Amino acid sequence: MDKKNKDLQPETVENTVDVITEPAAVEETPVVSETVSAEEDLHGENLGDRVKSLSPGMTVLKRFFRSKLSIVGLVIILSLFLISFIGPLFSPWGEKQPDMSGKETLITQTIRYEVDGVEYVAYNVVVEYTNTNKYADLDGSHWLGTDDNGYDVFTRLMYGGRVSLTIGFIVVLLSTLLGVVFGGLAGYFGGKIDNIIMRITDVLYCIPQLPIMLIFSAVFTGMGVAGIERLYYMMGILTLIGWAGTARLVRGQILSLREQDFMLAAKCSGLSVKRKIFKHLVPNVMPQLIVSMTLGLGSIILTEATLGYLGIGAPLGTATWGAMIQAAAESYNLNFLPNLWVPPGICITLAILAFNFVGDGLRDAFDPKMKR
Amino acid sequence: MLKYVLKRLLTACFILVGVSFLIYLIVRLMPTNVIESNYYATHEKTEGNAEALKQLLARYNLDDDSFWGIIKGWWIWLMNFFRGDLGVSLTNDKPVQEIIFANMGTSFAVSFVSLILELIIAIPLGIKCACNQYGKLDYAVTVFTMIGISFPSFFFAGIIIKVFAVDLGWFEAGGLSTPSLPIDVSGFELFINQCWHLILPIFVLTVLSIGSMMRYTRTNTLEVLNADYIRTARAKGLSENSVVYKHVFRNTLIPLITTLAGMLPALFGGSMIVEQMFSLPGIGNTAYTMTRGGDITFIMGYDMFIAALTVIGILLTDLMYVVVDPRVKLGK
Repeated sequence: MDKKNKDLQPETVENTVDVITEPAAVEETPVVSETVSAEEDLHGENLGDRVKSLSPGMTVLKRFFRSKLSIVGLVIILSLFLISFIGPLFSPWGEKQPDMSGKETLITQTIRYEVDGVEYVAYNVVVEYTNTNKYADLDGSHWLGTDDNGYDVFTRLMYGGRVSLTIGFIVVLLSTLLGVVFGGLAGYFGGKIDNIIMRITDVLYCIPQLPIMLIFSAVFTGMGVAGIERLYYMMGILTLIGWAGTARLVRGQILSLREQDFMLAAKCSGLSVKRKIFKHLVPNVMPQLIVSMTLGLGSIILTEATLGYLGIGAPLGTATWGAMIQAAAESYNLNFLPNLWVPPGICITLAILAFNFVGDGLRDAFDPKMKR
Repeated sequence: MLKYVLKRLLTACFILVGVSFLIYLIVRLMPTNVIESNYYATHEKTEGNAEALKQLLARYNLDDDSFWGIIKGWWIWLMNFFRGDLGVSLTNDKPVQEIIFANMGTSFAVSFVSLILELIIAIPLGIKCACNQYGKLDYAVTVFTMIGISFPSFFFAGIIIKVFAVDLGWFEAGGLSTPSLPIDVSGFELFINQCWHLILPIFVLTVLSIGSMMRYTRTNTLEVLNADYIRTARAKGLSENSVVYKHVFRNTLIPLITTLAGMLPALFGGSMIVEQMFSLPGIGNTAYTMTRGGDITFIMGYDMFIAALTVIGILLTDLMYVVVDPRVKLGK
């Protein structure tokens, strides 16, 4: 991921630059058409009977659902959510409830030795009893087996989905909020404020993400942050690092929107600054924001997974997809117990893929230059 | 032009100062550092030893943990940084720049080869897809590249190691060369052996990053295809081949060349996860180990190295626009 995040960034920005003005222009139309049809009604003739008009929102939705890939993405996201949030209710196992049925493991050692030219083979068999039924095979009671604590992998997969998906949403919402406020301020006022805010985003952009998260994880351990709190701290840090990109996007858009005629009109009508920013400028940035939020969701899930894989994300014992895939860090698990790390890996990939599909579909749907 | 570049370089310096301050502050908040943990591994925790440790730390300006102490340590570090001295690694007493340069070769080789592969595959494919938008090829390539973008690097690397190195045994996936290699092996054989080890990491890096490059080429080509001069070219009666390979292709390259400048950090900075999974002796792997160990000077040196590369990358991107596209003028 270290490389990919940065690669994705320019793509989103570049592609969305063109959508600048059109939505604003379209947004005015439904009002007009409504009044027209109301007038027509007075004359006893309904325009709607002859002409089928769609609101801008409906057009976007229609275009969005025309793309098969976006529907696939949407279905994947919905099913991941449903399984993660409802699934555990039907599972006999809990997130941190080990299978205490016990297990006997036979460890056989073969010893070969030679006496007077005759080769002997000795077997040393050790029976190891454990309280927990760890590393169980896949069967009816454990669909994906159990891990080294005897926890049921499938159940933890569902609990992990809850955490991973929720983190994504919270971080993206918070960092978008911060980004809109600061990007809006910088773009609208320009001058010194713009300069200060942009230099801050420059600094944040230049900080290497993964090393800094490694350091923060050590700091949190030192501060004694443990348990679920650790997750909140991590989300806070991800938000603080993540808003810079959104701020740049919003600022760039507002800079060009500021010069448009409708802003001059807004100024002439004597609207307040707050109203101009939040009623006239921000709605015009919404399409790009929604697209960048969707793509951002995927990248936050990826970051969380990477942190989990390095063992620095979620607190010990809490199931997240990233923490579960950490099993792959041990070469024995990597080679012989794929049931521990392949399912969470597939879930992470599916989630990111789905968000990318939906984000891509939304971008095309919002783009008025689209031919179809 | 010169004035613009100088102004940008000055801003870049300010940004680097800001980055160094933030990182230094956070690094000093770490509960332990490598000197302390090494010291207590061999000494008992007594009053006298704590005093001795403090003197040891003072040599690296790390003894004072108060706010002003940290500021002072940062200031000394910054002054040395501008003199081109990144300090001495706490782990093995070697200069940090020496460690960075010694380990950069492997990382650079891997990223460079994968970048070249990426360009060779992604650009023609992207143009092809754009020319047949919504065709079968377009859909297939889109889906495959999207899957590539969505793969977490460690998961994909894990699968590749399991399948190709462990199950099939076709490639090696640990270190740079086979440990059992005889010492008097010839240079050529060693080179072949190393290439053998690097195939899988290069493959993983290429698959992971080819998607974004392909998508980028595709969108740019689509944009160019809608341009007026393409319509003119077609109206003139040029053949489709000459439209695509002469007019479209060259204009698609404009944004692509500029993004290349932005890849500096990835090219020289290495990739922590992939290098760590294949246990390659690259800069990313070294940085991972040192960061986990708490080697403060190395962390500072490496992170600032990456930050500097990023800043230079941004500057180069902007300058490249002027070089490649005569329509762009440097503003303000």
